[in-house]
Amino acid sequence: MRGRKITLNTLKEKIQQLSSELPDSIIKELERELTKVLDKLTASSLEKITSEVVRQYREAMVEPGEAVGTVGAQSIGEPGTQMTLRTFHFAGIRELNITLGLPRLIEILDAKRVPSTPLMRIELDEKTRYDKAKAEELARKIQHITLENVAHSISIDFGQQLVLLRLDEELMKDKRVTLEMVLNALNKHKVGAVEEIVEREETPEGTKKKIIELAIPLPEAVEITKLVKLRQKILNIKLKGIKGLKRVVVKEVVRGGETFYYLEVEGSNLQGILNNLDELEGIDPTKVMTNNINEIASVLGIEAARNAIINEMTNVLREQGLDVDVRHIMLVADLMTMTGKVRQIGRHGVSGEKASVLARAAFEVTTKHLLEASVRGEEDPLTGVIENVVIGQLIPLGSGMVELRVRHGGR
Amino acid sequence: MKKFTILDHELVPKHVLLTKEEKRELLERLAIRPDQLPWIRASDPVAKLIGAKPGDIVKIIRKSPTAGESIAYRFVVP
Repeated sequence: MRGRKITLNTLKEKIQQLSSELPDSIIKELERELTKVLDKLTASSLEKITSEVVRQYREAMVEPGEAVGTVGAQSIGEPGTQMTLRTFHFAGIRELNITLGLPRLIEILDAKRVPSTPLMRIELDEKTRYDKAKAEELARKIQHITLENVAHSISIDFGQQLVLLRLDEELMKDKRVTLEMVLNALNKHKVGAVEEIVEREETPEGTKKKIIELAIPLPEAVEITKLVKLRQKILNIKLKGIKGLKRVVVKEVVRGGETFYYLEVEGSNLQGILNNLDELEGIDPTKVMTNNINEIASVLGIEAARNAIINEMTNVLREQGLDVDVRHIMLVADLMTMTGKVRQIGRHGVSGEKASVLARAAFEVTTKHLLEASVRGEEDPLTGVIENVVIGQLIPLGSGMVELRVRHGGR
Repeated sequence: MKKFTILDHELVPKHVLLTKEEKRELLERLAIRPDQLPWIRASDPVAKLIGAKPGDIVKIIRKSPTAGESIAYRFVVP
C-alpha cells in the first residue's frame, strides 16, 4: 500500500480542525465513518475526502438572496392540500379525542391560546415506568375531582332551609375520596357547617346503593337567584387532583421487549404539574409535555415554545404521511417566536406587523391599511419583496438583490 | 436529588448569558445592531432564571435535528 498511514489521533485532530467549517452532526458522522476504514486511510486520501466533504457541504448551503420563505411556504402548503380536512380520532371509550390533520396545523399556525383538544403527556421516571399499579395511582392523584364527580344528587329544601347533598359511596370509593376529605373541602370553602350526616341504602331497580346524605343549612337571607349559584359552587368544590386535568388514562408501550407506562391527560396544566412535583413522585418532570404552545411559552420560555412548534408540526405532518423537511418547519417556528412572544402567522401576527404598508395591504383588509397609512403619512422604502411586486419593480431576491454603487469622483 | 427547575426540561435548550466582551465581539463579527437579533423578553421564565436584563444578549445552544448542535442568539428586550 502506498502512502503514509495515519493514527486514530491524527484523524480526530484533522477532523476537529473542520469544526469551524462543518456542523456538529457532519463532524461526528465523518469521524465515525472514517474510523471504520482507518487501516486503508492515508494522509493524502484523508485530505481528499475532507476537502470533498467541505466542498459538497458548501454547495448544499442556501445562497444569499434565496427565497427561503416562499420555498418554505410552498413546501408546507402543497402537502397540506393532501391532508384530511377533518380527522377526529375516536377509538373506544377509554381513548381520548385528539384534533389532528389540517385543523390542528391551522391551530398551531394561528397560535390559538387554547387548543381545541388540550392534551398532556406525562412520562414516568425510570423507577416507576414499568409499574402499572404505581402509574394508576399517579393517574388518580393527578385527575381533578370535584364534588360533582362523587355526588349522587343535590337539592335545596326550602321548608327546612337546607341544602341536601347526597354522595354516592361507590363513586367515592372508585375515586378514592373519603367522607373526611369532603367535609374538609366544604369547611375550607365556607359553605356552612354540615348539620347532619345520614347514611342510607337506596335500592333503585333492585341495585343496592349506599348514599351518604349531608345536610347543610342555608346562609341566612339568601336570595333565590343566588341559590342556583350556591348549588354550582358546592358542586365545583375541588376535592383532589390538579385543576383542568379532566381525564387521565394510563397508556402502555411495548418497546424492545419491555413494557412501560405513561399517562395521557385530557386537559392541560403544565404549571400545576410542575408546582406539585413533591406530591407526584414518580413522574419525570423533564418530559412533561402539553400540546398548548402558549402555555409552554409562559411556563418554559420562548425557546421551549419554538421547540414545541417544531415538534407539534412535524408530528401532525408525519401522522398524515407527509414528508416535509424540518428546515421549513424550523423557519416557521423561528419566525413565529422572533419577538420573544408566540405570534400567529396571519393578520394579528407576522403578516399584520410588517413594516411596509403595501405588504400589509396586499395580505388582508387592504383598504384599512391604506387608509390608516395615508392618514398617518407613512412612508414605504420598498425594501421587501411584496411591495416591489405590487408596484411592478424588480424584487430584491436572488440576482435582483445585487445593487451597484459608484463612488462619485472616486478612484 | 437535585431540585427540578425548568432549565432541566427537555424542551428548554441551554441558555448562556454573554459577557460584555463576548457581546461586542459578536456584534462586530455579524456587523449588526443588537435589535436585529431575535428577541427574548426579560419576563421570559428562562431569562428570569439566568438573570438576563434588557440589553443583554443570550446565547442559546440548541439541539438541532439537522446540524446536531446549533447556536443562536437572542437580544433581551423588556
